[in-house]
Amino acid sequence: MATPTARPAQLEPRERDTAAQLTVEDRRELLRYMLLMRATEERALGLYRQGKVPGSHYDGRGQEAVSVGSAFALSPRDRACILHRDLGAHLIRGVTPGRVLAQMMGRVGGVTNGRDGNMHFGDPGLGCVGMVSMLPDMAPVACGLALAFQMRREPRVAMTWFGDGSTANGQWHEAMNVAGVRRLPIVFILENNQYAYSTPNELEFAVDPVERAATYGFAGVKVDGNDVEAVFQAAAEACDRARVGGGPTLIQAETMRMHGHGAHDDMSYVPPELFEHWAARDPIETFEKRLGEEGLETESLHKAVAETLERETEWALACPMPDPATAAEGVFATEDPVLGDGHAPWSRWSGRAATDA
Amino acid sequence: MPELTYLEAITDGLREEMRHDESVFCLGQDIGNFGGAFKVTEGLAAEFGRDRVWDTPLAESAIVGAAVGAAVEGMRPIAEMQFSDFIACGFDQLVNVAAKMHYRQGLAVPMVMRLPSGGGFSGGPFHSQNPEAWFLQAPGLKVVAPSTPEDAKGLMASAVRDPNPVLYMEHKHLYRRLRGEVADGRYETPLSQVRVAREGSELTVIAYGAMVHTALEATEDLDGAGIEVVDLRTLCPLDTEGILASVRKTSKVVVLHEATRSCGIGAEVCALIAEEAFEDLDGPVVRVTAPDVPIPFSPPLERAVLPQVDQVRDACRELLGY
Repeated sequence: MATPTARPAQLEPRERDTAAQLTVEDRRELLRYMLLMRATEERALGLYRQGKVPGSHYDGRGQEAVSVGSAFALSPRDRACILHRDLGAHLIRGVTPGRVLAQMMGRVGGVTNGRDGNMHFGDPGLGCVGMVSMLPDMAPVACGLALAFQMRREPRVAMTWFGDGSTANGQWHEAMNVAGVRRLPIVFILENNQYAYSTPNELEFAVDPVERAATYGFAGVKVDGNDVEAVFQAAAEACDRARVGGGPTLIQAETMRMHGHGAHDDMSYVPPELFEHWAARDPIETFEKRLGEEGLETESLHKAVAETLERETEWALACPMPDPATAAEGVFATEDPVLGDGHAPWSRWSGRAATDA
Repeated sequence: MPELTYLEAITDGLREEMRHDESVFCLGQDIGNFGGAFKVTEGLAAEFGRDRVWDTPLAESAIVGAAVGAAVEGMRPIAEMQFSDFIACGFDQLVNVAAKMHYRQGLAVPMVMRLPSGGGFSGGPFHSQNPEAWFLQAPGLKVVAPSTPEDAKGLMASAVRDPNPVLYMEHKHLYRRLRGEVADGRYETPLSQVRVAREGSELTVIAYGAMVHTALEATEDLDGAGIEVVDLRTLCPLDTEGILASVRKTSKVVVLHEATRSCGIGAEVCALIAEEAFEDLDGPVVRVTAPDVPIPFSPPLERAVLPQVDQVRDACRELLGY
């Protein structure tokens, strides 16, 4: 096994079978969502530096292809438990950048209305169950979502994301094992961004986690996490397999966290040559270059995203802070839960519900 | 009305809920064909199938976590820990994921966590605990502790229908020792409502679970004094008005529980009384509890730790004479 500092993703060139099912407009959408994720996070970091974001700021710089590529495969009635590096998945499901920024500023209008901060959110109305700080706690929860689909014989999928550090935790094993035993319709996305805070892979595990999938009785796939179409292809295949009773898939996306764990972290523990290696493989730049070589126009997307961010930031800054008198409200529920359906921009789902899947 | 044991009443409650609503299902270790370590789920797999009575792997976090996920997706899971002690292994999913879900996201988690608890049978330090107070420091969880077959069934129905995570403390010592009339069909025992197990005017003993019966036995004939026994039934959220009504009536209170002393349910009840009914008291509020020690294995040691009838009787006598 290569040492982590010397581990650029050694991956086979991928055939783009499923990518061939992406229309030109789908591919532009993949780029647009990655641009929107980066622009939203850059704006959030700016607001943090202006003192408008309490606590710290956490983002997924460099990991845009993982969240966008994987979430793009989901149907409206699929459900998602999204990690804090995966803003792109929230955007795809339909959360607006303004609500994300309001969330980070602790305002009413943010997804949790100030009850929780930074990337700790999931919009139930869009079929998402928000993460907690303990990782990978959402893996067992996603198993429960998948269990409900399986018990009701519904062709639906639960998708959840976690990092390399999470694979060292006992709950990861419990979730993998239960998913394997029951052949649950679930897709586990492992984003190997090389560091769990400051701890490199070699201190987290002795066996590459993707190899463990086989020991749990299901497929494990390693993909280039900086290639949005490769991630999409793996996710679409995994979702299709899950929908027809083929059981879980572990997708290990090799990528790199290009910012610190949080805005307070200067990443001094990352060797410069490793950082440079990944900087040269930026997921947005490489994908945009590929589209350009195929003659697709992308410049207008930059302009549209910039305009969206201006509008959304203005909206977020106009949101009020929560009323302190409401701090004790809502501890207990009085109504049953309702998870709504998420947006599903992939052209395959246009005008279709998951029941057609 | 048929007479059932406490255990049969729980089973009856599970069966009624599963018949009533097909989104209700059970999950836990050995609960399927084997019927559970205590046979509480016996017969359910035969009636409802192995899918709805799921024999899970030995994985407490996955059991609780899967229940959370299924609950938010519209199912009504009833998860079992083989012994309440083992909830420590799934604690994180309960206190960090389930408890905070509605406050953070407005997403309800209608699940029941069955926790066979309590000692008295040489179960030792890992099969005898009463961990109910752990969960009162995690806002968002409800806790019930039935003491009779009638309430065991009725509180199960209420717990399943409630849109919140409800921890259902079922006392193992009562399983087959206690019989009582239980109505056929579905009925609900309301949450957060005390039951006056015996009326009285001179002193109140506040208890829950198996200790309700210890309280009744200890005060059945206490020199002719009129002792009221209040069964809390729900430990969180407490029925504060029900507790205070009895305190105002008798002015003397003994709080009794089998769990350890410090920061237990009794401490919370005592604080409530001190804050809200100080003027009504005619003596100090007294606690009878297990001391702050693990529950030991050997019978004489266990008896020395768990509250006994004589202790309750002595505490009541002393307070009556105050």
